[in-house]
Amino acid sequence: MVDLKVHFQRARSGWLSSPQVVRAVDGVSFDIRRGTTLAVVGESGSGKTTTALAVMRLVPFTGGRIRLGETDVGTLQGEALRRVRSRLQIIFQDPYSSLNPRERAGAVVRSPLDRMNIGTPAQRVERVAELFTAVGLRPEQQALYAHQFSGGQRQRINIARALATNPELVVCDEPVSALDIAIRAQILNLLARLQRELGLTYLFISHDMAVVEHICDEIAVMYLGEIVERAPRRAFFAAPLHPYSVALMSAVPTVHGGRARAARRIRLSGDPPNPIDLLPGCRFAGRCPAAEMACTSAPVPLREVAPGHWVRCRRVEVIDGAARAPLQAVVA
Amino acid sequence: MNVTGSLLEVRDLRLEFNTRRGKALVLGGVDFELRAGETLCVVGESGCGKSMTALALLRLIPTPPGRISGGRILFHGEDLLGASTQRMRDVRGNRISMIFQEPMTSLNPVLTVGDQIGESLRLHAGLDARAAHARAVEMLQQVGIPAPERRVAEYPHQFSGGMRQRVMIAMALACRPDILIADEPTTALDVTVQAQIFDLLRDLQREKGTAILLITHDMGAVAEMADRVIVMYAGRVVEQGTTDQVLERPGHPYTKGLIDCLPELGSSALAGEGGRTELAEIPGVVPSIWELGNGCAFRERCSRAMTRCAEAVPPMFRLEGSGHAAACWLHVEQGEV
Repeated sequence: MVDLKVHFQRARSGWLSSPQVVRAVDGVSFDIRRGTTLAVVGESGSGKTTTALAVMRLVPFTGGRIRLGETDVGTLQGEALRRVRSRLQIIFQDPYSSLNPRERAGAVVRSPLDRMNIGTPAQRVERVAELFTAVGLRPEQQALYAHQFSGGQRQRINIARALATNPELVVCDEPVSALDIAIRAQILNLLARLQRELGLTYLFISHDMAVVEHICDEIAVMYLGEIVERAPRRAFFAAPLHPYSVALMSAVPTVHGGRARAARRIRLSGDPPNPIDLLPGCRFAGRCPAAEMACTSAPVPLREVAPGHWVRCRRVEVIDGAARAPLQAVVA
Repeated sequence: MNVTGSLLEVRDLRLEFNTRRGKALVLGGVDFELRAGETLCVVGESGCGKSMTALALLRLIPTPPGRISGGRILFHGEDLLGASTQRMRDVRGNRISMIFQEPMTSLNPVLTVGDQIGESLRLHAGLDARAAHARAVEMLQQVGIPAPERRVAEYPHQFSGGMRQRVMIAMALACRPDILIADEPTTALDVTVQAQIFDLLRDLQREKGTAILLITHDMGAVAEMADRVIVMYAGRVVEQGTTDQVLERPGHPYTKGLIDCLPELGSSALAGEGGRTELAEIPGVVPSIWELGNGCAFRERCSRAMTRCAEAVPPMFRLEGSGHAAACWLHVEQGEV
């Protein structure tokens, strides 16, 4: 396997039993290079978590393909699907609800090894101790229960569990959102170090632009089930192109930006529309300060405006090879 | 309005909880003041006592097991700790009101938002149902809810998260209180909606001169909203000052740690493509209330801890710049506040 690829095409999660279709994730495509991090950002309801769960095959998906290396994960069933999960792991947002309160920490981390039948029992014991050290816990803490750990330590246990089977892809669904600010840095540094040492590939779901800028190599911005912009880290953060990306960036309060930043902010009015009754055109048009009449009439394709920089906005212009955003970000 | 005088003065506020392990001192002598028309932010990690301080101000601490064991809360010079139950009812929601983190759990799902906004007006301002309804519509309009005449008759589940928080703000401000306590009002909201709520709070404050006590763990929110800041750690105030003083020249190692450990926008421009700088960490976790011992509660996590730090809790020492102070032995030579 050279490139790790995860492809969705027209993936749709129809969750409601009524004939209405909630297009939670509606035709999302991306690939992640081995050993790198793709961050998927968006606000609640943008479909970022559903995307993560679909990649993990934890929600049924309506269409599209998911490929992990050479394996077509999307079509696997039964035992084959169960086996592939050793290569594909997830870290959830809430470190409290994602650990069994009645299991000792050591058993939590060992359980993937038991289930996948990896190594002899003696090797498993050794591996668990090694994992505890790798995530910054002491091996003797294996005997404790979840409630005896702090939030940050629980997230370390979750990470150890996810890494137990040496997965290739780790989906991190808002891994630091539920943690205290001072603990976030510890966990982000840990994730970065593990990636460096083990060559892990991360699909990192987050709503926090500053965290994403810190951790990602590439970024995909989602709005109402669609990717509206996808770009390498530096290109995106130097000059985001889609009006939603620009507004999202400007909405983030920064420590040194203060009120001056707030005063220059691009203001979005209203909330995202209902994902059931969508208009044919751009889904952001209703809230977009740069929208024109034509934006609402026909679907807007994702197009590549610079190498690796894709954007779903008809108002982004390319002049002499340089893409120009319809809305200018005010960088503090 | 007297802008310099303090509207609310909290002196040596102590709060304990009776637990099976004995008395837990949740607030160990909190001092601060809130001036009319200003925004004061209270920052700190969870468990540092921010929310407990807010609840104690309104005497909403469940008693037992909790008990305010000392101190004074002077509101317009009147000590609220000595006030009668009747007097406190008069103050709550009328002179001092509060909004909470999760708007859905703090709204009543079976009453229309109009009824809920009108309730405090009927109770405190003595308005009749018709007048309260009219005023509720007006409040919804002021907090930026479209079609207020129609929406006043709707129920909380018909509103989005951001709109619910606007309803909460409308409820809290209906009686034109002197103080609005906002406990993490935007934590459950998306950033674009958070920006709208902050704008709204600033606008309403400018119009009505309400003082805001904003509890948050987000340093970005502090930078944007606060006039002054107090930083809390393990039930005590460890630093206070103007926003600029605290964020740009933090005096307490904990404050500095909190600021340095944040990933900031713009980090990719500094590091090369692919390369990234390591975030500064504050090692360890907040100590449990039973492990505090005698000295500074932060000493175990502090890179600059000295022997002295384990011996006695540092009082607030003066720093350069008026009103800036930190509870850290590093600043001992500049004298106590």
